[in-house]
Amino acid sequence: MENLELFKKEVREWLEENCPPSIRTPLVPEEEVWGGRNAEYVNPESKLWLDRMGEKGWTAPQLPKQYGGGGLNRDETKVLHQELFRIKARPALNSFGIWMLAPCIIEFGNEEQKREHLPKIIKGEIRWCQGYSEPGSGSDLASLSTKAEDKGENFLVNGQKVWTSYADKADWIFALVRTGPKEPKHNGISFLLIDMATKGVSTKPIALISGKSPFCETFFDNVEVPKKNLVGAENSGWTIAKKLLQHERNFISNFGLTGGETSSGADVVNIAKKYLGEDNGKIAHPAHRDSITEHKMKEHAFGLTLQRAGDEGGKASATSSMFKYYGTEHNKNRYELMIASMGNKGLGWTNEGFSDDEQAITKAWLRTKANSIEGGTSEVQLNVISRRVLDLPN
Amino acid sequence: MKLILSEEQQFLKNTAQNFAKEKTPVKHFRELRDNKEALCWDSNIWKEMVELGWSGILIPEDFGGSDFGIGGISVIMQELGKTLTPSPLLATSVLGASTISMLGNKDHKSEYLPKIVSGKITTALAIDEGSHHNPFNIETSAKLEGDKWVLNGKKVFVVDGASADIILIVARTSGKNGDSNGLSVFITNKNSKGLDISKISTADSRNYANIDISNLKLDQSSLLGEKDTSGEIIEKILDLGRIAISAEMLGNTEEAFEVTVNYLKERKQFGVTIGSFQALQHRAAKMFCEIELTRSAVLAAMHAADENSNELERLASLAKFQSGETLHLVSNEAIQMHGGIGVTDEHDIGFYLKRARVAEQLFGTCEYHQERYANISGF
Repeated sequence: MENLELFKKEVREWLEENCPPSIRTPLVPEEEVWGGRNAEYVNPESKLWLDRMGEKGWTAPQLPKQYGGGGLNRDETKVLHQELFRIKARPALNSFGIWMLAPCIIEFGNEEQKREHLPKIIKGEIRWCQGYSEPGSGSDLASLSTKAEDKGENFLVNGQKVWTSYADKADWIFALVRTGPKEPKHNGISFLLIDMATKGVSTKPIALISGKSPFCETFFDNVEVPKKNLVGAENSGWTIAKKLLQHERNFISNFGLTGGETSSGADVVNIAKKYLGEDNGKIAHPAHRDSITEHKMKEHAFGLTLQRAGDEGGKASATSSMFKYYGTEHNKNRYELMIASMGNKGLGWTNEGFSDDEQAITKAWLRTKANSIEGGTSEVQLNVISRRVLDLPN
Repeated sequence: MKLILSEEQQFLKNTAQNFAKEKTPVKHFRELRDNKEALCWDSNIWKEMVELGWSGILIPEDFGGSDFGIGGISVIMQELGKTLTPSPLLATSVLGASTISMLGNKDHKSEYLPKIVSGKITTALAIDEGSHHNPFNIETSAKLEGDKWVLNGKKVFVVDGASADIILIVARTSGKNGDSNGLSVFITNKNSKGLDISKISTADSRNYANIDISNLKLDQSSLLGEKDTSGEIIEKILDLGRIAISAEMLGNTEEAFEVTVNYLKERKQFGVTIGSFQALQHRAAKMFCEIELTRSAVLAAMHAADENSNELERLASLAKFQSGETLHLVSNEAIQMHGGIGVTDEHDIGFYLKRARVAEQLFGTCEYHQERYANISGF
């Protein structure tokens, strides 16, 4: 405990000295930092902040120091987050590399891969995207058909991925490919790291019901990938894929509390009071107020459950499907309640007749519809709970 | 506040789990019901609980209790809830013990608390007067006439009212119906002249009574706490009761769910176990999620009470709301998923449904606590 107090003091002093003033102001979307070779920094202090945090390894506080991480334990990490929150510091780096790939490289990668990739992920030098789903393989991901043929020193990759977020901006992709076409479907998949600059890789953006999106289609046309980029053994990629999906689910399930990447920063209670009016400080419309209260109570209990999973330590794997299911369904409901509270002001598409905030909520509402599809549909999560947690038969 | 059990609480939980398994399986409750046992609980079983120290968990060490807190008694209630074990724990060891501890003077405490610890007396808190819980809708009046308090009114659905030796009465000493001010608590013996206690028969086969109070004359020493100002403390006592009953309801839920999931794995139709049907699997998975949320809400409320957190009211309402909703869902689904056998008296699962609806009513329904939570939160 004493050490923790000391650590807190150190963190506070370091942040005081190193967190630039503009980084302590509310984030504007165009200044969000994702790193990578082609990153452009509208605000030069964002880059400075990334470099300083990256140097400390605090962009990935719990990853080992030897690979550039912060080497902090759980309690220290909590202190760091509290201190960052206290000064309202913007995130130094948003990164699929840190959220999803790094834990898998730590667990399944070889020493060379760890030394090659982890420091660049942590410093935000290389931006990663995820190549999982295919046009013919959504919920049945293991049926994927992008093939990687053994050509001696290289794999030759051909096929198409879909829903690759930010593929048009990413430097590398971690992809699931079929290396064993004759094996049973789960046993013929490998986990491959591919440089997006390689000849034959191309991307095309996808527009959603909510408008522009970070999603892309990614095409592989006779792409040569060095064999050293295979993580884990050939045909054992499914194990890694499942582990990675858990990290993704844990990440997405937090949407239930924060609204996630679709967050418009709007609170449903404030929205309801603004558009439905107040009656002695209460949301003026009882039916709306009841639905919103129920929603907020579920949110409270869900937040406590995330906290409990953390306090119990490491039980998350059995329950990550629950968090993904509940969190995304909850987030969808939040936006339904929000636009319902706004009446016809919740239906704007452009700013003709609507404020920026109003149309942002309409777009966010539409975007949430994908929450319970991406990263494994709600139905798939319920299947996982039934089979793995409740042990119900196939 | 870490959301895990302390070692002490884990120990009590394990003890209670073994106790329920060995001494009070559901068969025990069935026998009490079939035999129309007057107390609705077994006095020998209660004696054993007393010997384990459970009666004194909320009572300070100075008066012979263990002061293990609401967390300690809640984990016991949860385990006993699994086998539907009836006992005076809620009415006596939670409500009675905390009312006397929080409101009573030194004389009250030394007179009653050691007797609760030793099992010499049981108590009941007579508060509700209408068809719905509302601790401020109190019309029962107490007026000082000469040197005596004179009480008149009517109490309903008093938990353990038909068996308690000591009745704690919430009465209005000033103000009007609905006010939180003007409430006072009186303590009296069940045999007092002016008390007419009539047992009522409920679907869950437990012990409740309606109590008519007619010119009940009490000495001034029977007033617990200051007159007129007990409303706030009554809320706190009720919150402890709400947390304890929420824990019991969580136990009801956990067992009903486990029994049901096991049935899904055994029962065959169309040549396969019915648990292989996705229509049932997804409903079971959704129940699992709600149960997880309930565990967290109950645990957080327990800790809040024991740490005297200013979040107690909100968390107690959250716990009662969430445990009520989940038990409601699970008790209904449990019957449906059992099919025909589920609606027979021979199968135990129906007991959980009957207990569920009564427990949902006690100290405020989901709707009551939803409204309370909204008001506290400023929605």
